[in-house]
Amino acid sequence: MVKILVEELGLEVVGGANGLNNKYTGVYISDLLSWVMAKLQPGSIWITIQTHVNIVAVALLAEAACIIIPEGAAIDENTISKANEEGIPLLRSTLTAYQLALKIKELSRLE
Amino acid sequence: MENIKISFDIIQHDFSKAGEASSNIKKVLKQLGIPSDTVRKAAVATYEAEMNIIIHSEGGVIELTVDVDKVKVVAKDKGPGIKDISLAMKEGYSTATSEIRELGFGAGMGLPNMKRCSDCFDIQSSESSPTIVTMIIYLKKAND
Repeated sequence: MVKILVEELGLEVVGGANGLNNKYTGVYISDLLSWVMAKLQPGSIWITIQTHVNIVAVALLAEAACIIIPEGAAIDENTISKANEEGIPLLRSTLTAYQLALKIKELSRLE
Repeated sequence: MENIKISFDIIQHDFSKAGEASSNIKKVLKQLGIPSDTVRKAAVATYEAEMNIIIHSEGGVIELTVDVDKVKVVAKDKGPGIKDISLAMKEGYSTATSEIRELGFGAGMGLPNMKRCSDCFDIQSSESSPTIVTMIIYLKKAND
């Protein structure tokens, strides 16, 4: 569950808190939106450095469990409002995408 | 079931509303009880068409038609048209500017994604004329 991920990895919940009960099944890392639309498996955690409002639509349409913005990148205000509106958890970490993936792997081993 | 028809106006370069037409289409299809894999294909195909109209065209319209056996999405723009359709269909080919690419668009996968998600795909265009993309996804019966 995304909520457990937030607690275990110390992620900052920037928006979309009402989707924290979403279940996740894997991780997908990419910043090319069409690539994400084509390849992200439904239920995946999506890690991207893109922070503009359109990532919420992509996450919604591709059925991502949540979005994680790595390396503490700044997030547009309208991206946060859209994530709240659509209930897509928008999370942030100071870790890199690679470090996040390793930690998520470690977490899935413990569960 | 009566045919359901909905259309959405898409405005050139309006990134703030990008994805709204496809999100709405996804919600409508879900409410109609369309199978989730079909809903996802239609949503992805519509999103790519919507982004293409926003990024590359002078604006246009997306029309959704649902009937007993299929979901049809038609994306029409006001131009400027595509000079070489076979080149535009090639994965990785894009005419997007560097500013657009920095936002994660312009991967050159829009049209190939639309084709991949559709059971029937047709594109009509030429230079200085509108582009019309027609995508059909058939609804499989439960006992197929």
